[in-house]
Amino acid sequence: MPDAAPRALSYVDALREAAAQEMERDPRVFVMGLDVDDHKGIQGSTKGLVDRFGPERVFTTPLSEDAMTGVAIGAAQAGLRPIHVHIRMDFLMLCMNQLVNIAAKSRYMYGGQVKVPMVVRAMIGKSWGQGAQHSQGLHAMFMHVPGIKVLAPSNAHDAKGCLIAAIRDDNPVLMVEHRLLYPLIAEVPEAPYAARLGEARVLRKGTDITLLGISAMVPECLRAAELLREIGIDAEVIDPISLVPFDRAALAASVRKTGRLLAVDSAWTMCGASAEVAAMAAEDAPGVRIARLGFAPTTCPTAPSLEHAFYPNPAVIAARAHVLVRPDAKTWRPSPEAERSVTGLNFKGPF
Amino acid sequence: MADLERIYRSLRLIRRAEEEVARVYPSDKIKSPVHLSIGQESIAVGVCDALRHDDIVSGTYRGHAAYLAKGAPLDRMMAELYGKDTGCARGKGGSMHLVDMAQGVLGASAVVGTTIPLAAGFALALKREGKGRVAVSFFGDGATEEGVFAESLNFAALHRLPLLFVCENNGYAIHEPTAKRWATNRLVERAASYGMPAEAVNDGDVLALRALVIRLVEGMRAGTGPAFVEAKTYRWREHVGPNEDFEAGYRGRRDLEAWQATDQVVRIGGMIAPARRAAIDAAIETEIAAALQFAENSPVPDPAQLTTDTYA
Repeated sequence: MPDAAPRALSYVDALREAAAQEMERDPRVFVMGLDVDDHKGIQGSTKGLVDRFGPERVFTTPLSEDAMTGVAIGAAQAGLRPIHVHIRMDFLMLCMNQLVNIAAKSRYMYGGQVKVPMVVRAMIGKSWGQGAQHSQGLHAMFMHVPGIKVLAPSNAHDAKGCLIAAIRDDNPVLMVEHRLLYPLIAEVPEAPYAARLGEARVLRKGTDITLLGISAMVPECLRAAELLREIGIDAEVIDPISLVPFDRAALAASVRKTGRLLAVDSAWTMCGASAEVAAMAAEDAPGVRIARLGFAPTTCPTAPSLEHAFYPNPAVIAARAHVLVRPDAKTWRPSPEAERSVTGLNFKGPF
Repeated sequence: MADLERIYRSLRLIRRAEEEVARVYPSDKIKSPVHLSIGQESIAVGVCDALRHDDIVSGTYRGHAAYLAKGAPLDRMMAELYGKDTGCARGKGGSMHLVDMAQGVLGASAVVGTTIPLAAGFALALKREGKGRVAVSFFGDGATEEGVFAESLNFAALHRLPLLFVCENNGYAIHEPTAKRWATNRLVERAASYGMPAEAVNDGDVLALRALVIRLVEGMRAGTGPAFVEAKTYRWREHVGPNEDFEAGYRGRRDLEAWQATDQVVRIGGMIAPARRAAIDAAIETEIAAALQFAENSPVPDPAQLTTDTYA
């Protein structure tokens, strides 16, 4: 790929580049959402777009998430391609009626007469006191409903490919973005490219256990795999990237090989994406040993000591994987030194 | 005279088509709940007759009238009610989700108020297109209690969208009167406070409504922004289903009789020469019979169609 030389780019810059390139390519694409045109530009992910494309194609909205989602759907049915941005996923609860009752169903209940090519970008927050209503990973609620696609890229390369694919898709697509992924850097080709939705990525090959991470839990699983390597456990790490459609074949192939699955989500486990992953693995590879990890089954607290216990981390993931692989062995937990050596994702406020 | 005949034809077609729906309903050939517009036709007709063919309307689950008044085909509506593959939504939407994008009829919704912001989004696209097209959002009095109503008025006014809000106020949300739901009935004032022209038509007068909409839409095409109309009306039949429901006791027959005394189908019919009216009536009966025949004879959707169009 001579004209697509990789460069190092952060996740957030990859998102902005994807939006800018698609807006350049297609005049129907526009960006709306509270603060998309202010000096901070949604943590930088929309920064500069208003200067380049003008206020008609990049505009802020009243705090009317319900109606604004309807506006995006109506504009999409009229042939435009809106990107509706939410700085926290928690606010999607105000959009739920429009997304579930209209966006997801329009194509079907109107007999194929309309398309709804819209993108909803929503960010999951974590740490520095994000608390109860700035931290939720609610993607499973949308995975439940036929008619919506749900993407959760975990690195800058896939963030760009997924956003471009989402913009070009003729369906409503939810982009699940984790705030702590934004500064992470990866090699990102400059030329536009679209991710193939429903194609998982095997980030690390292994034979003893499959660690499937979702969103910010992908890098945590990779760190857990390093901890497991120290005790001779060879973990395979899968990033599904796309939750709907889901690459069921890749999951099945991996768990048939390893015989064990640990699904780790940036969300609760009850009726969550990890539950669906576990069910698919159980159906496709009977006999596989399965466990799940996710948020503690309570509301997200703000005190760091409580918050630390709320989330899975590489040490917790590695310890749980160890139990799956060596159920009869003594309880093991990585040494504090080892644990510290792999602690990467953190964030300091104010925002 | 041509205007009056066209208006009469539209009023009469909707009235008679829905009477036929009610007549057929006990046979169970119609596989769909039906929310009839009988008595409310003059709003859809008065508004749609003031529009261009390339304008857009967005209706409600009580949407047969808006669908037909905008010129969408009766046979595909009947086929949809019958659950046939030839229906406007291919048997996947039913009476509450009528749609015809070719005639500018956006899909309707059963969740009250949800389509108001959709019409605003469509109007946003029409404004950007710059061809002077407008969108009309029909909704009931109940929808004005939803948050999206206020949100959509604000956004449409803020962005000067070519959007006409039309509240079909029939006085009841299912069986609950506005007196039990509204702190005040100053709906027109509420809309006007967003900075848009807002007027009421209190007596169902189809010609007065049409004249008002012509005036409002003229400004909208030139970029003056949205406008609001409250059109008072009365539902003659039950909330859902083919029958009257005055025995239920939540409203009185005297109210019905007052509205029937000014029935716009009769009124406009009386302005047309009897011979012309008879010819129009006969043509309508032929069209309805053909539509019912079309629905009867059409194939049902193949079970293989179950999952098609889940995704585009």
